[in-house]
Amino acid sequence: MIGHTLHAGRRALYPGLRYFSETPCGEIIEDVLERTDYPRVTKQASLYVHWPYCLRRCSYCNFNKYIPKDNNDHVMTECLQRETETLLQLSQVSCITSVFFGGGTPSLAHPSTIAAVLETVSRRAYLSDKAEVTLEVNPTPAGKTKLEDFCRAGVNRFSIGVQSLKDEDLKILGRDHSPHQALQTVDEARRLCPGRVSVDVMFGRPNQSVESWENELSELLTVCDDHVSLYQLTLERGTQLFKQVRGGEVTMPAEDVTAEMYQCARRTLQQHGFLQYEVSNFARQNAVSHHNRSYWKGGQYIGVGPGVLREARTQTLEPDVWIREVQQRGHATRRRIQLSHLELLEEVLVMGMRMTQGINPKHWESFSPHLGLHEVFGTSSDVQELIRSGQLILDDRGLRCSWDGLALLDSMLPALLVELQRQMSQRDDRADGRTKRSSDPQ
Amino acid sequence: MSFYLVKRWFKTPLMRQVLQFKVCRRKIQSYNMTYTLLRHSWMKSLPVFSSSFKMLSTKTDKDTIDMSKFPVDRIRNFCIIAHIDHGKSTLADRLLEMTGAIAKTVKNKQVLDKLQVERERGITVKAQTASLIYSHQGQQYLLNLIDTPGHVDFSYEVSRSISACQGVLLIVDANQGIQAQTVANFYLAFEAQMAIIPVINKIDLKNADPERVEKQIEKVFDLSCEECIRVSAKLGTNVEMVLQAIVDRIPPPVASIDDPFKALVFDSNFDHYRGVVANIAVFGGQVKKGNKIVLAHLGKTFEVNELGLLRPHEHPTQKLCAGQVGYIVAGMKDVKEAQIGDTLYLQDQPVETLPGFKPAKAMVFAGMYPMDQTEYPALRNAIERLTLNDSSVTVQRDSSVALGAGWRLGFLGLLHMEVFNQRLEQEHNASVIVTAPTVPYKAVLSSPKLIKEHGSEVITIVNPAQFPEKSVVSEYLEPMVLGTIITPDTYTGKIMTLSLKRRGIQKNMVYIDEQRVMMKYLFPLNEIVVDFYDNLKSLSSGYASFDYENADYQAADLIKMNFLINGEPVEELITIVHRDHAYNTGKAMCERLKESIPRQMFEVAVQAAIGSKIIARETIKAYKKNVLAKCYGGDITRKMKLLRRQAEGKKKLRRIGCVEVPKDAFINVLKRKD
Repeated sequence: MIGHTLHAGRRALYPGLRYFSETPCGEIIEDVLERTDYPRVTKQASLYVHWPYCLRRCSYCNFNKYIPKDNNDHVMTECLQRETETLLQLSQVSCITSVFFGGGTPSLAHPSTIAAVLETVSRRAYLSDKAEVTLEVNPTPAGKTKLEDFCRAGVNRFSIGVQSLKDEDLKILGRDHSPHQALQTVDEARRLCPGRVSVDVMFGRPNQSVESWENELSELLTVCDDHVSLYQLTLERGTQLFKQVRGGEVTMPAEDVTAEMYQCARRTLQQHGFLQYEVSNFARQNAVSHHNRSYWKGGQYIGVGPGVLREARTQTLEPDVWIREVQQRGHATRRRIQLSHLELLEEVLVMGMRMTQGINPKHWESFSPHLGLHEVFGTSSDVQELIRSGQLILDDRGLRCSWDGLALLDSMLPALLVELQRQMSQRDDRADGRTKRSSDPQ
Repeated sequence: MSFYLVKRWFKTPLMRQVLQFKVCRRKIQSYNMTYTLLRHSWMKSLPVFSSSFKMLSTKTDKDTIDMSKFPVDRIRNFCIIAHIDHGKSTLADRLLEMTGAIAKTVKNKQVLDKLQVERERGITVKAQTASLIYSHQGQQYLLNLIDTPGHVDFSYEVSRSISACQGVLLIVDANQGIQAQTVANFYLAFEAQMAIIPVINKIDLKNADPERVEKQIEKVFDLSCEECIRVSAKLGTNVEMVLQAIVDRIPPPVASIDDPFKALVFDSNFDHYRGVVANIAVFGGQVKKGNKIVLAHLGKTFEVNELGLLRPHEHPTQKLCAGQVGYIVAGMKDVKEAQIGDTLYLQDQPVETLPGFKPAKAMVFAGMYPMDQTEYPALRNAIERLTLNDSSVTVQRDSSVALGAGWRLGFLGLLHMEVFNQRLEQEHNASVIVTAPTVPYKAVLSSPKLIKEHGSEVITIVNPAQFPEKSVVSEYLEPMVLGTIITPDTYTGKIMTLSLKRRGIQKNMVYIDEQRVMMKYLFPLNEIVVDFYDNLKSLSSGYASFDYENADYQAADLIKMNFLINGEPVEELITIVHRDHAYNTGKAMCERLKESIPRQMFEVAVQAAIGSKIIARETIKAYKKNVLAKCYGGDITRKMKLLRRQAEGKKKLRRIGCVEVPKDAFINVLKRKD
């Protein structure tokens, strides 16, 4: 559920390999030879478990998911366990710092499935009692009644896909719950995991105005817990909603309107004591999502489940095929991607800048010991211009966006990437020069 | 040359004199036709052409044509001129068939129009030559048809061919009557003092009204009705009479076999295997295979490897004699060695050189850039190859910060430019960005220092960026054209309004028959280079025709308009406009820029300025938000891919101040509107 959040492929075996559990139909492809000069190879990782099934398809969702044909909970459980086991073994990770059950609609899974997977993790690696274990929840009455059992199974954080408090809008979005049911689910979750409940809410919805959004958000803030994730609805090709918009049945708010909605939400949340720690995530009393923050910080992750990440969406990513593959080989990893050092730094930059705290020099150094943050960005005239215009900040605390700059991050990233690529190639040239000189025969 | 035409337009008495002098009228007598027996023999010997023509003869002897059988008085050199679609190529096909140069088949359609662009547009771009052997009253004649491009834009080609001719067939459609191009072509022929045979074509059409057309011809060209020959080139009706008229009315060339060899190069082609193939008109003596010949311009000597007639395909002969027209291959490796207009003579027998041709003046300029800089070498080759056979195009290397390295090409006129582009695309498969056409302006400098610097008081400006400031100039001059518009009289009102808007000055207006009006306007060339013709066509439902000839320069209140992006002037956008049009042009360009420049992180002002005065402004609002509101593990790969592509694209953006302008924006603004 909460399909649009796309909790999908997760980084594994930092910084070397990522394991993507994919359509199981081939051998593991080694893209790049392993490099040995990476810093900070750790034995820690976070784990993402994908539950591919939904009861219905939301009108805005183009994420690959499946409506279950029959009850195969038992088989799914077995396969998720088996793959978790195999990937933990292959990755040599000894400590799992957080677990996230995403989907699809993982709250459709039986609590015993969740328990079984967590038990497998504990058997193969160290999983602390305090480790964050999040489950995405679809706020239907059925979902609500299972929350307590999920807690018993080991879940200690819920992420609830409220999306909207307007009945009409939930219908347009094709959601299968009412605002009332959503609020009840939030209450129940807060009772079970006080301070560890997140609500997902969506803006830029069809026919939405800035004013109605402001009111809706204020209403939500009176009932929510300490974490809010804010999403802008993006119109994806091939969805029901896309057809409706193109056919003129519904209208999407204009670019300037959604920009205003975003700024207005940021202000409102701040007024209610929520600190923005990432482009779309806000927390009170430091109730941040450790799991997601680990992605933005470039941490390792392991992904388990069918169709965790796909580059070519045209493929059918049948859970059935995944099941067969796991049963036969113990895992369904189709591709292992090795990132080059530059690619890794690009990711650290792009993901790190999404956080309000940005990238601090220490954090950067752990990925790039030979080329410091200030060396990369300190001299660029483009960066200077962004600093001068107040969008970007570069100081002792590192590189980060200003309040205004964060909303324009995607306009700044290409410039930062160009600078990083330039500095890296200059550094490589210098290094090559040295090698050449030293290897010159006398 | 066209300049003189304009002057002479008003001097009717002189025109009469010339006509009387050169048109020798003869009554057409009985005609007893026999085609020469050897008419098809050349085909067998040139199997390369056999795919397109039927073989009617089994004779294979290559040199059955004895060129000495055609003394000067049995030779006629002529060309055909006509408005587009008046049937020039069809008549040429018939003439070729009737004299046996090509077999008679339904497939013969525009045999002389070899280029795709020629067939598609129904125009002739490249002159072609065909020698016809025709028997008339027991005598064999050699009729050299030099097929010429019809449009004034190709007047270089036209005049080039004309000077090798002594007469023209002026074709007029029996239904459409005289059109603007007919008039322009007539004056070219008239200027060259040629015998003019008016031919009224398409008399088979239901709406044909040859009598009306005859009256038009009489009125406009001062040629009598009796001179007109009514034909249907399509059906072949009366085409025979045309052949007789060529023999009877066109004087033979002035040349003597007893003089030393002397020939004019009037066209040249490049053949990868044999080098330059020059088309020549022999003005005296004779030339044989193996002769050593000299090209007067370079003084270089070559040995004749091959020569012959063009029928229209090459047909080798032993020699070419005085008055004849043919081709010659002499191991010239560079088209520049066989310059058009150059004189040929035999080694050790130098002659006085022929007057040659005035070089064509480019009047319409446009920038041409490859879509992608990696395509630069390929495009350069394509342009080189095309200009090899069309030396009237001037090529100047140019580079624009926005569009990269390219060229500024000069053309004789608009159609010339269009045809060139089309050939570039069709024949060389090159995709190019073509900027909106500009015209060459002149400035009369006032500062002695600048005059010294440029070496002259008057300078010509092709690139708007080099347009000198008003303060150093006593006067700006712009090129003018004399436009001819022929239209049904119902549209005269609308056309006058359009012409006025384009700063046209009416010079003349006459009814050429009961319903048709011919108007003469003096236009600034700049006003008609962009979309004048299209407007004219649409407001007259396609009935009005337009043509123009160059008419010198005139003083004009010109302004250099700058475009500023956030205060920074952009060189490649500089435009020269007349003061009256400054506001509209400035506003329109600002609007186009606004549409094409993407939003930035800050507000962008697009302004049109004259000097320091802003006359138009558009604002591109800043981005308020540009960040993807969701990004977790699974999105990373996709997002990184997108960002890396953007970073790559960023390196190619043109920076104007802080504003990043994609190449597309320049293309949209600078490109010709389609």
